Amino acid sequence: MADNFMPSAAEMLRFLPETVLIVFGTLIMLLDALSGEGKKGWLGTVAIVGLLLAAWGTVVAWSNPGPAFQSMLMVDGYATFFRFLVITVGVLTVLASVAYLKREKADSGEFYALVLYSVAGQCVMVTANELIMIFIGLEISSISSYILAGYLRDDKRNNESALKYFLLGSFATAFLLYGIAWIYGATGTTNLADIRRVLSNRDIAPALGLIGTSAALMFVGFAFKVSAAPFQVWAPDVYQGAPAPVSAFLSAGPKAAAFAIFLRVFMTAFEPVADKWAPVIWVSALATMTVGNFAALLQSNIKRLLAYSSIAHAGYVMVAIAAHSQIGTEAVMFYMAAYAFMNVGAFVVVAHFARQGEKYVNTDDLAGLGQRQPVTAALLTIFLLSLIGVPLTGGFFGKFYIFKAALDANLVWLTVLGLLNSAVGAYYYLRIIVVMYFQEPGESMADLQPLAPGTQAVLWGSALATLVLGIYPSVILDFARKSAALVK
Amino acid sequence: MNLLNLVLALPLAGFLVTLVLPKNNANVIRLFALILSLAVFVLSLGLAAPFHETGNGNWFVTDVPWIQSPEIRYHVGLDGLSLWLVLLSTLLTPVSILVSWKYIDRRVKEFYAFLLLLEFGLIGVFVAWDLFLFYVFWEVSLVPMYFLIGVWGHERRIYAAVKFFLYTMAGSVLMLAAIIFLYNKAGTFDYVNLVDLLQRGRLVLTSQEQLLLFLAFFVAFAIKVPLFPLHTWLPDAHVEAPTAGSIMLAAVMLKMGCYGLVRFCLPMFPQAAHRCQSWIVILAIIGIIYGALVAMVQPNMKKLVAYSSVSHLGFVVLGVFSFTQNGLDGAVYQMLNHGISTGALFMLVGYLYERTHSLEIKDYGGVSTPAPLLATVFLITMLASIGLPTLNNFVGEYLVLQGSAAVNFNWTIAAAVGVILSACYMLWLYQRVFVGETNKSLSHHHPFLDMNGRELAAALPLVVLMVWMGVYTKTFLPMVSAANQRIIEQSKTGVETLVETQGGKRIAELRELVHGR
Repeated sequence: MADNFMPSAAEMLRFLPETVLIVFGTLIMLLDALSGEGKKGWLGTVAIVGLLLAAWGTVVAWSNPGPAFQSMLMVDGYATFFRFLVITVGVLTVLASVAYLKREKADSGEFYALVLYSVAGQCVMVTANELIMIFIGLEISSISSYILAGYLRDDKRNNESALKYFLLGSFATAFLLYGIAWIYGATGTTNLADIRRVLSNRDIAPALGLIGTSAALMFVGFAFKVSAAPFQVWAPDVYQGAPAPVSAFLSAGPKAAAFAIFLRVFMTAFEPVADKWAPVIWVSALATMTVGNFAALLQSNIKRLLAYSSIAHAGYVMVAIAAHSQIGTEAVMFYMAAYAFMNVGAFVVVAHFARQGEKYVNTDDLAGLGQRQPVTAALLTIFLLSLIGVPLTGGFFGKFYIFKAALDANLVWLTVLGLLNSAVGAYYYLRIIVVMYFQEPGESMADLQPLAPGTQAVLWGSALATLVLGIYPSVILDFARKSAALVK
Repeated sequence: MNLLNLVLALPLAGFLVTLVLPKNNANVIRLFALILSLAVFVLSLGLAAPFHETGNGNWFVTDVPWIQSPEIRYHVGLDGLSLWLVLLSTLLTPVSILVSWKYIDRRVKEFYAFLLLLEFGLIGVFVAWDLFLFYVFWEVSLVPMYFLIGVWGHERRIYAAVKFFLYTMAGSVLMLAAIIFLYNKAGTFDYVNLVDLLQRGRLVLTSQEQLLLFLAFFVAFAIKVPLFPLHTWLPDAHVEAPTAGSIMLAAVMLKMGCYGLVRFCLPMFPQAAHRCQSWIVILAIIGIIYGALVAMVQPNMKKLVAYSSVSHLGFVVLGVFSFTQNGLDGAVYQMLNHGISTGALFMLVGYLYERTHSLEIKDYGGVSTPAPLLATVFLITMLASIGLPTLNNFVGEYLVLQGSAAVNFNWTIAAAVGVILSACYMLWLYQRVFVGETNKSLSHHHPFLDMNGRELAAALPLVVLMVWMGVYTKTFLPMVSAANQRIIEQSKTGVETLVETQGGKRIAELRELVHGR
């Protein structure tokens, strides 16, 4: 252990994004107190500035990669990739929330501050190189998200959502923490690389039962966070109840970060026992896809439908984890990026369409959107086609890459079942398109406002990203390929 | 940018331009789509030029990297097999636009935009030589057709559109799995490379692998063809689609499946194809007879034509899986014939529908009295569809029957029954609709008008082609044969007991006896 505990300047710089986010989050809280009622829209701009600076900080950190703070954090390509991703999701969420909060008359600085804190937590998660940091990052991210889920505190649905999320979430984190305690007891370290070293050394490796138990406990924690079966039950209730921009955020940002640590822990620390945990992931992946897709078939509430769809997509990503290979890691990275854009896009359209009090959240309410707001409908169609996995969209290429990884790892049956699952999934996405284009407008179209500027920026940006990732995936894939090797 | 790329890119550009055209001036949009698609057609005629000089080869090849890793290339090219299918697509698009001129009166802009996007996808499918690229076009063509059926179709359009999409999607995801599997084995998506590797034994698939890969591709194509018993989406989609949708669907989209069988299933998995031959042929023959019998009892004209498609496409599959030069030539010729004659039938049924808003046969009768021109064109088309000599279908059916006779004469007999049945349902249809007492309800609302200039202009090229392809096959067949010859060569790899003739079969049996199985 080093004599000097003072971190060097280079190490501080590697922590720049988190620092910026925390500073700006706190700044917004202060500014919130200083600005009068009803004049808080500009705080959203401050939040955007903070996020953009954090993105810049990510670049700065990446210019000098390496470990920080006694190897508690590790700035590598993988961390940088996910930092960028969660910050981007943060930007999209803030942009989409400005109009939403104004409409709900809930404009205040806390919301933006919480988003920044949550993103900061996710940044810590994806950079963490040892289990305690993972836990701390996860808690920062989760606690902010619990509050965000119940942000409109007068709305019953919000309350239900936040309470469920909080109770089940803390339960799951407890599992994770228990798993961490076990592995620490068994190996005497919480550093991922060290755990790996101990586990792969036959002379000092603890009994398999011990490793298995700790891995299983941590799997429960992670599976909950990524909403993988059989720990997915919370997701539909939470996504349905939370404010729509928050649902967008929850389904993309925290989930991406959770997948990032899931993968990092299992691909580094538990990699020596991969042949033991891979079958568990295999089963969980199949169950997640199947449950998500088949339950989504029955939904009439569009937020709930998207929640189940997000479970199904978590299942596809689990397929790539089950492949436990470098290409599998690339696939997860690419898919999370593609998924973030298409899913946030879809949720934001819902947020726009739902109107005050989220009155219109049934799929049938979208009837005739193709005639009343052709541009909105076209953008949503792009997101839905990407979710289905139609070529020339990011969703297709991501899915293609996942199943390529799976076939590489000889998971033939999982691939076949997964692809058939995605054909099932096409049905419920198509139903939304059916309603939008093939049905005549009803009363739900009466007072539909045009898209707010922020919402427009999110939708166009996400649609563009979805298409670019589908037509020219190399923009992200090359970086993912270079950084996926660094995981170990 | 060579001519093929231009022909491929223009419809896409047209799609994008149509999207930004102002939507209140419908005629500008129609005119734009028509002029653009005619320009594409005229340009695409130039694609035939090198074939007329040399008769064979791969032309207009573009091969540039698209995605670095996994290595996906934009590899397109044209051989005798693709050439006519591309021309069929470029011809039928302006025809469909003309047909829809009056009929489509709401959401005009989106309609023509989707039609042009469809053309882009269809051309792409026929020229892609990279499996990934092929899959991309295959799926892309699905989306516009889904909207064409779903937005502008008849009463049960939503059911039909979703069924159409899901059937195709379910089949094609397995093909995607097979494509990825091949890539992981061979390290390339390139069709030419893959076939080359397989031919030279550099890429060896176990017989089980080959069988599974073959089936994955085959099911995707068989759904699209459609082969009995995977055909159930077709009558729904055809009946519910607007006229232009039915034309494009029948004339070109079904050919995607047939084309895939010839292009991919045979050269890449010859042993598996031979192993499955008898099963597939039996299904094809069932399709021929079943389609014809069901067509005979349909009270709805569009449904009748749709089931006749099932029957006609059975011939295509039979020809392909005879593995003979004649059979394959006939199959490809039959694809084009079916495109033209069934496309024309759907168009004429569409004309009738526009006049009376009914597809029921019983609502018609004696139409030839008020509309002699329509009746004449219908008569020619119907005779072509039956397979009357000097008209196009005869050539294709004859070649298919000859090809199958060389393998197993029982197949020929069974398939020929289908030809007889097709005469039954078509002639009976013509009799009930066009001759006899003029149905009073015909001119109930408006006087029943004959074809106008626009309608004739859309129909005439198809009628000309029916005669041309029936009497002067030399324009079309040589390049098809040349391409097929290569495919037959390729599909002999690793197939020991190739059965060419009855005698050959005997020899093969003897050889099996000698080798003791």
